[in-house]
Amino acid sequence: MSANTLFDKVWDSHTISSLGDGFSLLQVDRNFIHDLSGARALQALAEQGRAVMHPDLTFACPDHTTSTALDASHSGERYAKCVDPLRDLAHKQGVRFFEIGAHGFGIIHVIGPELGLTLPGSLIVCGDSHTSTHGGLGALAWGIGASEVAHVLATGAIIQQKPKRLRVRFDGQLQTGVTAKDLILYLIGRDGVAAGNGYAVEYAGPVVRSFSIEQRMTLCNLSIEMGAKIGMVAPDATTYAYLAGREYAPKDANWDAALAHWQSLPSDAAATFDLERSVDACQIRPQVTWGTSPEQVIAIDGHIPDPSAQPDPEKRRAYAAALDYMGLTAGAGLQGTKIDQVFIGSCTNGRLSDLREAAGVLQGQKVAAHVRAWVVPGSVDVKRAAEAEGLDRLFTEAGFEWRNPGCSLCVGANGEVVAAGKRCMSTSNRNFVGRQGTDSRTHLASPIMAAAAAIRGEITDVRAMMEA
Amino acid sequence: MQPFTKLSAVAAPLMRANIDTDLIIPMGRYLMAERADMHRFAFEVLRYLPDGSENPQFVLNKPAFRDAQILISGANFGCGSSRESAVWALHGLGIRCIITPGFGNIFYNNCFQSGLLPIVLDEATVEHLAKLAASGNGGPFEIDLEQQKITAPDGQSHAFAVQPQRRTQLLQGLDDIGVTLRKSADIKNHRAADEKARPWIYI
Ligand code: SF4
Repeated sequence: MSANTLFDKVWDSHTISSLGDGFSLLQVDRNFIHDLSGARALQALAEQGRAVMHPDLTFACPDHTTSTALDASHSGERYAKCVDPLRDLAHKQGVRFFEIGAHGFGIIHVIGPELGLTLPGSLIVCGDSHTSTHGGLGALAWGIGASEVAHVLATGAIIQQKPKRLRVRFDGQLQTGVTAKDLILYLIGRDGVAAGNGYAVEYAGPVVRSFSIEQRMTLCNLSIEMGAKIGMVAPDATTYAYLAGREYAPKDANWDAALAHWQSLPSDAAATFDLERSVDACQIRPQVTWGTSPEQVIAIDGHIPDPSAQPDPEKRRAYAAALDYMGLTAGAGLQGTKIDQVFIGSCTNGRLSDLREAAGVLQGQKVAAHVRAWVVPGSVDVKRAAEAEGLDRLFTEAGFEWRNPGCSLCVGANGEVVAAGKRCMSTSNRNFVGRQGTDSRTHLASPIMAAAAAIRGEITDVRAMMEA
Repeated sequence: MQPFTKLSAVAAPLMRANIDTDLIIPMGRYLMAERADMHRFAFEVLRYLPDGSENPQFVLNKPAFRDAQILISGANFGCGSSRESAVWALHGLGIRCIITPGFGNIFYNNCFQSGLLPIVLDEATVEHLAKLAASGNGGPFEIDLEQQKITAPDGQSHAFAVQPQRRTQLLQGLDDIGVTLRKSADIKNHRAADEKARPWIYI
């Protein structure tokens, strides 16, 4: 038997037929659909007179456009266009629909793992580019376009060109105040937003092994920001412990059979990758983006690069434009930059452990008077669990707004946006021009860095607050 | 879907790298606009001035390029989100072909679902074609998908490659569902075997 990678094992077992030139027709195990592309795809299918092939393997949740205000009425134009058709068509086609505010509702990439729908070695697609998140459990998962969503609904299968394999090892030990978010932002900053183009990434090494499932998901979540559609971590005891007892996870004899299968998935010792990279985690300090691309990132005590020092003319232009948009100066540091808003949430960092860590920084202190700070839990279950341990009170007493789950400020598709010219410290995954609202300025960072910024009212080094 | 065989059209140069899907179709528009309306908001922030009037500096607003069906652009075109409306917006604008040194992955695949031909050429060739296009007086570009060849207004031809499967699809005007449904038996057999091998997947 030849040595195989985790990715190859899952890919091969899902291959229905090879279409030539590296393209394959693959079986889909889980099709997650949401209110943006999902409703449209179901509509398109209905228009073509086609039915959903596997309603039992399709799961719908309106996470993108729903309001996260505690008193939202969940009605109006957005709901009529995006949420209501998703609900109606899901019901008609026998697709499970997670109702707003009920158990199971939340950002798809948070609820899939949480409910035990996301399993090691399963093939998962969703019309959202951060579907790579599910790779934290050893699933093969990637984001697809609206037509592909319709394709999966109609056929239960997807056509995909086989990517190459990239393994990224994280060695060494994390410094205090450094999180999974900092690791992946650092990697994107070092290797660039196109470094993973055409690759499926496996994250490996002692740091990843020591990570919880939630930390692994944060790593995998940002794979797409370095161009890789797929990010995976091999399943291990941590994975099995996370899954045991979850609502849709296998039970009893099925569990035993599943476990035996999962244990066969990790890359064989002799397996080879098309590309190997490594990162010395000891070197990494808390990261903050300064520009309008996730690769435009520096350590909190670093300096914003000078556009004119960039050899590549395209980079020169992009850096200068980013600095202009962000209202920042080349050569300066980011510490002390005044912020207007803080957003803790999203499928990158909206899980219970993220909220716990952020709350841990507060220490009875208050959010700076000029800052509007939000905590948006990733799901109803995250929210309830956080409330059960009193995190909501820690946040609200500090002056944070405690909100309902959803994508919210990550993308602003629900009308919640950062105003023009305002600066937001955000735990989400994209700092593109206008991502959080027209002319808004986004700084991506970890939950603890965002919490620290909320307290100080400016971008600050959380490590100083942790040592204090 | 409209088949793509040959195209003789004006090409518009938009030589910036990393044109992302937010720039092609802003999120707010993506939400509210119907697929058929999407073209009205294509490149909205570039195409229009803050007062809503057309920006005369933007290439597709210039008289010579209003009817362009080919876009020549910098590397990493269509990077960013998976939103397919980026392709619909361009398609609605009349664009049938995009030439660049590289595409965002998902955008590239999405092109084939709407009959758009994505062409990857080396950077120098793209630069050269953009210059020819910018001069605006050399006549149309001829694209022949069967032959996989572009003939530029200067008479020179450039070969390009598209995977045979993708090429056939474009030539026949078949979207992926149409192609896949021809393999229904294989899909069912694979699923039946898998239900035995991994019963826990089926809930
Ligand atoms: S939180 Fe942001 S990245 Fe995640 S699914 Fe929602 S919009 Fe996409």
